[in-house]
Amino acid sequence: MKIHLKIWRQKDAKAKGKLVDYMLDQVDHHMSFLEMMDTLNEQLILKGEMPVEFDHDCREGICGTCGMMINGQAHGPVPGLTACQLHMREFEDGATIYVEPFRATAFPVKRDLKVDRSAFDRIIQAGGFITANTGQPAEANTLLITHKTAESAFDSAACIGCGACVATCKNSSAALFTSAKISHLAKIPQGEKEAAKRVLKMVSRMDEEGFGHCSNTEACEVECPQGISVLNIARMNWEYTKANLLKD
Amino acid sequence: MALTGLFLCFFLVIHLLGNLQLLLPADRAAESFNYYSNLLSGNIFIRMISYVLYFSLIAHAVDALVITLKNKQTAAKYAYDNRKQASKWYSRNMGILGTILLIFLVIHFKDFWYVYKFGTVPFDKNGNKDLYVVVVHAFKSWWYVLLYVLSMFALGFHLLHGFKSAVRTLGLYHPGYAALVQIFGTVYSYAVTIGFAVIPVYVHLTQFGLWN
Repeated sequence: MKIHLKIWRQKDAKAKGKLVDYMLDQVDHHMSFLEMMDTLNEQLILKGEMPVEFDHDCREGICGTCGMMINGQAHGPVPGLTACQLHMREFEDGATIYVEPFRATAFPVKRDLKVDRSAFDRIIQAGGFITANTGQPAEANTLLITHKTAESAFDSAACIGCGACVATCKNSSAALFTSAKISHLAKIPQGEKEAAKRVLKMVSRMDEEGFGHCSNTEACEVECPQGISVLNIARMNWEYTKANLLKD
Repeated sequence: MALTGLFLCFFLVIHLLGNLQLLLPADRAAESFNYYSNLLSGNIFIRMISYVLYFSLIAHAVDALVITLKNKQTAAKYAYDNRKQASKWYSRNMGILGTILLIFLVIHFKDFWYVYKFGTVPFDKNGNKDLYVVVVHAFKSWWYVLLYVLSMFALGFHLLHGFKSAVRTLGLYHPGYAALVQIFGTVYSYAVTIGFAVIPVYVHLTQFGLWN
């Protein structure tokens, strides 16, 4: 199949980027979107041009490294998929596809489609962990957790931190990501003890990083490849208010 | 935003219940509505609530303006943007809907609130200020009725997102209750919108003898 690509090219963080046209005429419809990008890059290298840089790692939809706006939608048009799991059969022969990086003030573009998402790491560093002694793992049955609780915590933990929620949000809010991490730990007894401290630190870090306010449009849940629920945001708000009211 | 918004939601119900008296047959509507207006304006408790109302309106608008300006700074721009398919248009345009409502409120306050409080209003046979006559007179012109109905549509969409959003902000995360509140929010928004929109149309049509 033939594909007409319009890809955002930007030399470095400071450069002013622009959309550049590329034509690919031997695209297999079984290819994943990233494999199609690899094919393009091979051709560019053979021509002596700079390949299009983009983030990717596992290519199994579980690491959260890949992420780009495909035809104006985070990870492309198919719901519940990351860009690496999107296949070319989803597009018509001869289609024009716009590819742009995830954009947000807190996600500066480093080059082409590659963005710096370390703001997410810093939110996690602010409190997205459980303080525990290192050494031998604890006996698994010391803390009993019901199946329902474990499943619910896992639903929140399923967030892969790809940043699609931020890229798709009209306010560039990181509420879904931050709330998923907060809820995940608040739901299980291991995380309960530090819940108040955690939510205050993570939310304040989120604000400092330059993410916008959540206005509950719920676009993040729709575009999230893991289907993280917006109820996590409600949970974060609840934990935040509670922590502020009961603060020493 | 959520607290002031929910207080305004509560106020709308009280306001609507009062206005429903306008749907009574003309003579009974006049008597009942004027008595009700007089009762409210004379009550110290209602007066205190009204100060909370004025505060809520202003705080809600100021808060919205501050958040919108902040969000405008962080908002991303794409050369090809198809993000709108993931959310409802009214969820994304609460600021515009709110501005329409603010303009409506200025007109609404000027024509009824100001006239009742500071203007010259005739008295009815019970000695109450005849606000009913003011209302009926206002809704004589079709364009004024249209302005009201359109504003109520703006209100409806504002509520459709606003109510649910407020509950989310306050932190109701239980999936079952959250779903119930979603349904309640939708029913509430429809009821309030239709309720408020029907009254000017009814009062307008009544004057041309289509009823009574």
